[in-house]
Amino acid sequence: MLKRALAIISLLLIGYWIAQGLAGVPFGQDRMLVAQYYLDHVKEQTGAVNAVTAIVVNYRGFDTLGEVTVLFIASTGVGALLWRRKKQRTAKTEGSIVLTTGTRLLVPFVMLFGAYIFIHGHLTPGGGFPGGATIATAFLLLYMAFTAYEIPHKAFEKTEGAVGMAYVLVGLIGLVIGGYFLYDWIWQDWGFGVDNIGRLLSGGFIPIIYTIIGLKVGTELSGIIDNMLKEEVSE
Amino acid sequence: MISVYYFGAISLILIGLYAVLVKKNLLKMLIGLSIMETGVNLLLVSVGYVAGRSAPILSEGIGPNQAVDPIPQALVLTAIVIGVATTAMALSVAMILHEKYGTLNVEEIRRLRG
Repeated sequence: MLKRALAIISLLLIGYWIAQGLAGVPFGQDRMLVAQYYLDHVKEQTGAVNAVTAIVVNYRGFDTLGEVTVLFIASTGVGALLWRRKKQRTAKTEGSIVLTTGTRLLVPFVMLFGAYIFIHGHLTPGGGFPGGATIATAFLLLYMAFTAYEIPHKAFEKTEGAVGMAYVLVGLIGLVIGGYFLYDWIWQDWGFGVDNIGRLLSGGFIPIIYTIIGLKVGTELSGIIDNMLKEEVSE
Repeated sequence: MISVYYFGAISLILIGLYAVLVKKNLLKMLIGLSIMETGVNLLLVSVGYVAGRSAPILSEGIGPNQAVDPIPQALVLTAIVIGVATTAMALSVAMILHEKYGTLNVEEIRRLRG
């Protein structure tokens, strides 16, 4: 009880402190100069309609490569923490008829929706990370519905490695053509899709990179799910 | 100028902090950590919000002067992904602890060690 009272008092102090600190921040006011620059130039510099996507992939593409690396390290770390000599799925109960039938019907559409999200990253809200998470949700549905289901490990590991290398490769091609890492040669040099900004075939290399990120996030999150749902079995 | 997002974000942070401080179950503490993370993300996004403007997708009559600040949104996109990664790591550590000690209560885990 004393602990709880102490916790509430310290929380009130921390809340007061945060509120005081934030009282000087102008909420709801006009934005800063960097954002204004990005918004003014995003269309002719990157060909993307969605400014958030352009910042994540074009202006801060290297940052996103680091982010993908963090996710990869986390997935590897989960695999290393939950490593066992012999493990398999030990789920006891099959999903109910609603779950199994719904899964059979919905899995292709959930995957299609994930692909839609990451292909349209330069036009609509979303992108590689939400799209990949949606695809992982499809595999989670399969895991919940069927006791014996497992993801195809060989294909998943190969895809994960290949798309990781593909991201670096896209960056290196930009280095060769334009002189810096992740140079958007499709937009800057070829001017591909200048006439149809706002339609699917535009946006330079953003759709390519977001497809890569979507596949990588999808395979990695599915791998994390797989590692967490398996248990050790004694011989 | 104080907005409702500001109060929402601070109260989410405090609720999460309360769970981390008071709860004894590891899973509940992790849930508190996630709630705190949501509060911080909401705070960052609301810093970039400009009253009366729309999302930074420059089509259908929305020019550069009718959009909100896109940079906090891009940063929050990064933060969410990192949050998922850390949560997955913490959950697998919790699984190992549960296997080793048979409980998720932090105090009992401490007692077993000593």
